[in-house]
Amino acid sequence: MMRRVVRAALVMLLSLTVLTGIAYPLVLTGLAQVAVPGRANGSLLYAHGHAVGSSLIGQAFTNAAGQPLPQYFQPRPSASNYNALASGGTNLGPSNPVLLRSVARLARAYRAFNHLPPGTPVPSDAVTTSGSGLDPDISIANALLQAPRVAAARHLSPARVRALVQRYTQSRILGILGEPVVNVLELNLALNRVGRH
Amino acid sequence: MTVNDVAQFLVVVAALAVTVPLMGAYMARVYSGATSRLERVFRPVENLLYRVSGVDPESEQTWRGYVTSLLAFSAVSVLVLYGIQRLQEWLPLNPGHISAPSAPLAWNTAVSFVTNTNWQNYSGETAMSLFTQMTGLTVQNFVSAAVGIAVAVALIRALSRSRTATLGNFWVDLVRGTVRVLVPVASLAAIVLVAGGVIQNLDAPHLVHTVVGARQSLPGGAVASQEAIKELGTNGGGFFNANSAHPFENPSGFTNVFEIWLLLLIPFSLAWSFGVMVERRRQGIAILAAMALLWAGSVLPAMALEAHGNPLLGPGINQRASATVVGGNLTGKEVRFGAGPSALFNASATATSTGAVNSMSDSYTALGGGVLLVNMMLGEVSPGGVGSGLYGILILAILSVFIAGLMVGRTPEYLGKKVQAAEMKLIGLYILIVPACVLAATAISLSLPSVRASLLNHGAHGLTEMLYAFTSASNNNGSAFAGLNGNTTFLNTVLGVCMLIGRFALIVPVMAIAGSLGRKGRIPDSAGTLRTDTALFTTLLIGVTVIVVGLTYFPVVTLGPIVEHLVTHG
Repeated sequence: MMRRVVRAALVMLLSLTVLTGIAYPLVLTGLAQVAVPGRANGSLLYAHGHAVGSSLIGQAFTNAAGQPLPQYFQPRPSASNYNALASGGTNLGPSNPVLLRSVARLARAYRAFNHLPPGTPVPSDAVTTSGSGLDPDISIANALLQAPRVAAARHLSPARVRALVQRYTQSRILGILGEPVVNVLELNLALNRVGRH
Repeated sequence: MTVNDVAQFLVVVAALAVTVPLMGAYMARVYSGATSRLERVFRPVENLLYRVSGVDPESEQTWRGYVTSLLAFSAVSVLVLYGIQRLQEWLPLNPGHISAPSAPLAWNTAVSFVTNTNWQNYSGETAMSLFTQMTGLTVQNFVSAAVGIAVAVALIRALSRSRTATLGNFWVDLVRGTVRVLVPVASLAAIVLVAGGVIQNLDAPHLVHTVVGARQSLPGGAVASQEAIKELGTNGGGFFNANSAHPFENPSGFTNVFEIWLLLLIPFSLAWSFGVMVERRRQGIAILAAMALLWAGSVLPAMALEAHGNPLLGPGINQRASATVVGGNLTGKEVRFGAGPSALFNASATATSTGAVNSMSDSYTALGGGVLLVNMMLGEVSPGGVGSGLYGILILAILSVFIAGLMVGRTPEYLGKKVQAAEMKLIGLYILIVPACVLAATAISLSLPSVRASLLNHGAHGLTEMLYAFTSASNNNGSAFAGLNGNTTFLNTVLGVCMLIGRFALIVPVMAIAGSLGRKGRIPDSAGTLRTDTALFTTLLIGVTVIVVGLTYFPVVTLGPIVEHLVTHG
């Protein structure tokens, strides 16, 4: 009796594995690759014919020494330094002194880098790490505070840069879902295209 | 909380209001053996599964036969999943050449996915091969969900039938749930997710040269298919370490709300199915209302707390939402979702035993994190995991009837079934097992210095971190305060034991209760019957749920989140 039950359990598990573990993901992969290959393969963005990243995955805009480059909009701080194979947050609790010191330090650095007077309120997304460490977006306020610095570094008019920020702002889906945000990689790629002309 | 946060909450409520009755009625038909319009697709697949495994789909089982088959299936599942992980180096579809996880980690992961917990002491990107994710983890996402629903359905049959020795056939419930409910709905959901930007491929990480010339490896994987069943089956195990915070799992405000709806769908719908199957729809609605009120009562405060922000960041940081500022406590959160909807996700995932996160719970405000913890402590009934939520709340409903009966001196009965000593002993056991496991394991772990070293945060928050882990494991949730490093031999082993107890040490008494109730006849309602389909009963049920849990956990919750809140707010 027991042997029959165990045999049924094993065969049932293996047959359900064929259905749910092999047929299900493979059929869906096939469908996705035919219907929306761009999205199914990671929404890649290209420059000069080469993939430079994904519109969904944030990346760092720093020099070889890790210093932020003034000619690019800077993404949020990242717990994984935008290593897309090590997603995650800092997991620091709200009262952890390490978190509070880090936020204060990042706020000072943000004001200095963007030539803002001391004490200027900094949007919190600019000084906090995201959950994934790969957040591709920043808030509009964060982008607008960075715009004059980017314009100066590129010898563009601030109005022109602000117009680009507006163009690469994604509004709420159906006017309700999510938050209006600016995609940093798309915006920086657009800036590079302007710079080339 | 912004108007927009409330609007997104209402979108989820509206989507559920439309879909729950449809899904509930459909599942009632599936588990009553009714035929479907797609019979020509489903029937041959099912018959093949029955034939190869030597199951007679026409036969029924007693509660003992049912639970024996269930335990055998689960035991075999643990062994096979353990084996797949340990052998993944030599198995196909391992483009990243990932080596095998250690024995304690493989044990923890195998138990975790078989018990529908999906606690993860590993990082998905670098620890599990594509083969393991597909044939091991995705499979358990389906079948552990189907097992949970099967237990709930057996309990419903015990209540709806009169003087019955049998409660259905485990293999039939497992197969029909998988073939007719989980696979079709997950397939549709996966298509929606891919259209929303979730990846679905079989590629190794893709190396790109970024705008500034650095190298970045973008991961690949069959993510949408796993994401869909991860939410639908209230599993919660992320393809990636960051779970649903990862943009490849949850790319936008739309996918976020869609995933929240998906993880709430079956737990709420089963309450509707219950009403249909016992042929007293109002009984189902009374249960559904209790679940919904407990859910709303936890997600709304969590949203408000996170949208309010972290007061300790000081006046130099702008956390107030406006047309251009994404407000709230954004540490560990993605700006595309916003703080309120992030909390809506995590609170719904802890209330459903999904345990998925779209933001890092460890970085929530003290009370926001406390809400997540209490959601799990409620025993996962608001609305709880697939199946486990319904059988959990039905046990509490029977307890409520018993308490009310004591107060007014009536013989307690639920749906015409007398509640007597045999059932009440088993219910007492059911109520005590999980808190005993949580509190004892937390206390032992915190008393061992080597285990305390796994904590990232200290003080009251550190206590919460450890308590959260054992609450999550013992309630088969899988949500984590991820600062805790659970990948040690001690924690892998003990968390694994807690998960097994939290699943099977509850399923066995539930099935025994079902066996005992099934054998009884149904007494017709009389003037002396306590009605269980009224707003009064729903209120009583919520009260019993909160008080039974509150008295058990209140001291330790005081030492964790409440102390931290008092400290941070001076």
